[in-house]
Amino acid sequence: MALAIAAKGLAVGYGTPAAPLPVLERVDLAIPEGEFLAILGPSGCGKSTLLRVVADLLPPLAGGITVLGGSPEAARRRRDVAFVFQDATLLPWRTVRQNIELPLQVGPAGLRRPGLASTDELLALVGLLPQADRLPHELSGGQRQRVAIARALVSRPRILLMDEPFGALDEITRDRLNDELAQLWRRMGITILFVTHSVMEAAYLGQRVMVLAAHPGRVREIVDLRPVKGEAGRLPREAPPLVEAMAHLRAVLADAA
Amino acid sequence: MNRATTILLPILGAASILLVWQFVLPLMGVPAFIVPTPATVARKLVTDAGLLAANALPTALESVLGFLIGNLAAVLLAVLFVYSRPIRAAYFPAVLFFNTIPILALAPIIVLIFGLGILPKIVIAAVICFFPTLVNMIRGLEMPTRSEFELFRILSASPFETFWRLRVPRSLPLLFTSLKIAATTCVIGAIVGEWIGANQGLGALIIQSTFNYQTDRLYAAVITSSALGLLFFGIVVLAERLVMRRHPA
Repeated sequence: MALAIAAKGLAVGYGTPAAPLPVLERVDLAIPEGEFLAILGPSGCGKSTLLRVVADLLPPLAGGITVLGGSPEAARRRRDVAFVFQDATLLPWRTVRQNIELPLQVGPAGLRRPGLASTDELLALVGLLPQADRLPHELSGGQRQRVAIARALVSRPRILLMDEPFGALDEITRDRLNDELAQLWRRMGITILFVTHSVMEAAYLGQRVMVLAAHPGRVREIVDLRPVKGEAGRLPREAPPLVEAMAHLRAVLADAA
Repeated sequence: MNRATTILLPILGAASILLVWQFVLPLMGVPAFIVPTPATVARKLVTDAGLLAANALPTALESVLGFLIGNLAAVLLAVLFVYSRPIRAAYFPAVLFFNTIPILALAPIIVLIFGLGILPKIVIAAVICFFPTLVNMIRGLEMPTRSEFELFRILSASPFETFWRLRVPRSLPLLFTSLKIAATTCVIGAIVGEWIGANQGLGALIIQSTFNYQTDRLYAAVITSSALGLLFFGIVVLAERLVMRRHPA
């Protein structure tokens, strides 16, 4: 299977290549297309920074990275990569529908193609058809994140980068959105990189979980959950093998901190 | 408080002040040529209506033109400052210094440069509008959050799209705040300009009636200038409602 993202000796952070301030170093990655990779780590380990390098929001400090076989910039310019921010980042003066359609109104004319789904279908997909003409401040936190996900999907990206998208939500809403996201992923077959600091979220969603350590930022371990999750690729939250995997992840994380 | 009392109380408050002014001041022996009673002023507003309107017109024209020019210049300079750090670093301190000069001290200089016609009044009105709008517009254009800018970058939005679809809508609430300030200060600017030298306009009328001890006319002119400011303020509020209906903050 083709690789969605490949990296070798990658260092990410701030500063310039001449005077680097790396946050996360020595990252080797091989993420096949269609994988759901959870990235788990303490604050300051560089997990958001890593996503920003994949999205071409930051240049890498050292090492190489390819996204869908080319540079991150080329992937961004083709709209193959979409990003969901922790704070939803909806424009408050636009309705739900107008927010979802923003990607069809900005950027090079050739990129303003809608995906297979119309805005109405996307609204239905995230369960917000009745709220289509509401403004963001009239929505709950969970609804706002659903809008952000629909907006990310509107130009039909092949890679979805999610930076702690449900971090600010209550646990019940978060569990529900996790279920919806897992369904979406199975249905659309896109690659998802999902940054979180919740062990439960990482174990429940990820096929693999990349655990990062902080100070200095390093990849601690990549835990493969596919054997645990079996054919179906999913387990209920309370399933003993998943609980066991979570215990292992917690141990690695504690070791990393 | 219910709706009726929130409307009624300010009216009662204003009425009580007018009543005290009407009946208590004469009792205290304040002569009418120093402070006329509200009734006298009201009568003057009616009998002098033609004269007041004739003088309000040039003042209104100067105020509106000053408002438009001053705010437009401020918005354009704000855009330049936001997009060019070096230009901002070089010139913002000078603008800041310019703003510390009291408008009353600046007015004679402007009259000296632009003569005695309508132009210096427009310039003074423009200058008085300029600074609050400049500062608010710079802040407004810099309101978008880091993730909002990142969103536009991921979408490969052009610099103009980021300006027009992100920075401008973000700046609108602050822009209207300063336009509301400017709506009343532009009238002050025009009147100050007329004080320095003019034979028409509410400012000229205020000076003339003061020197002639026509205090009832003076008060009527003052009330007319205040009404002019209120009118402009109302127009800006109306424009704000129209625009912000599409752009709620």
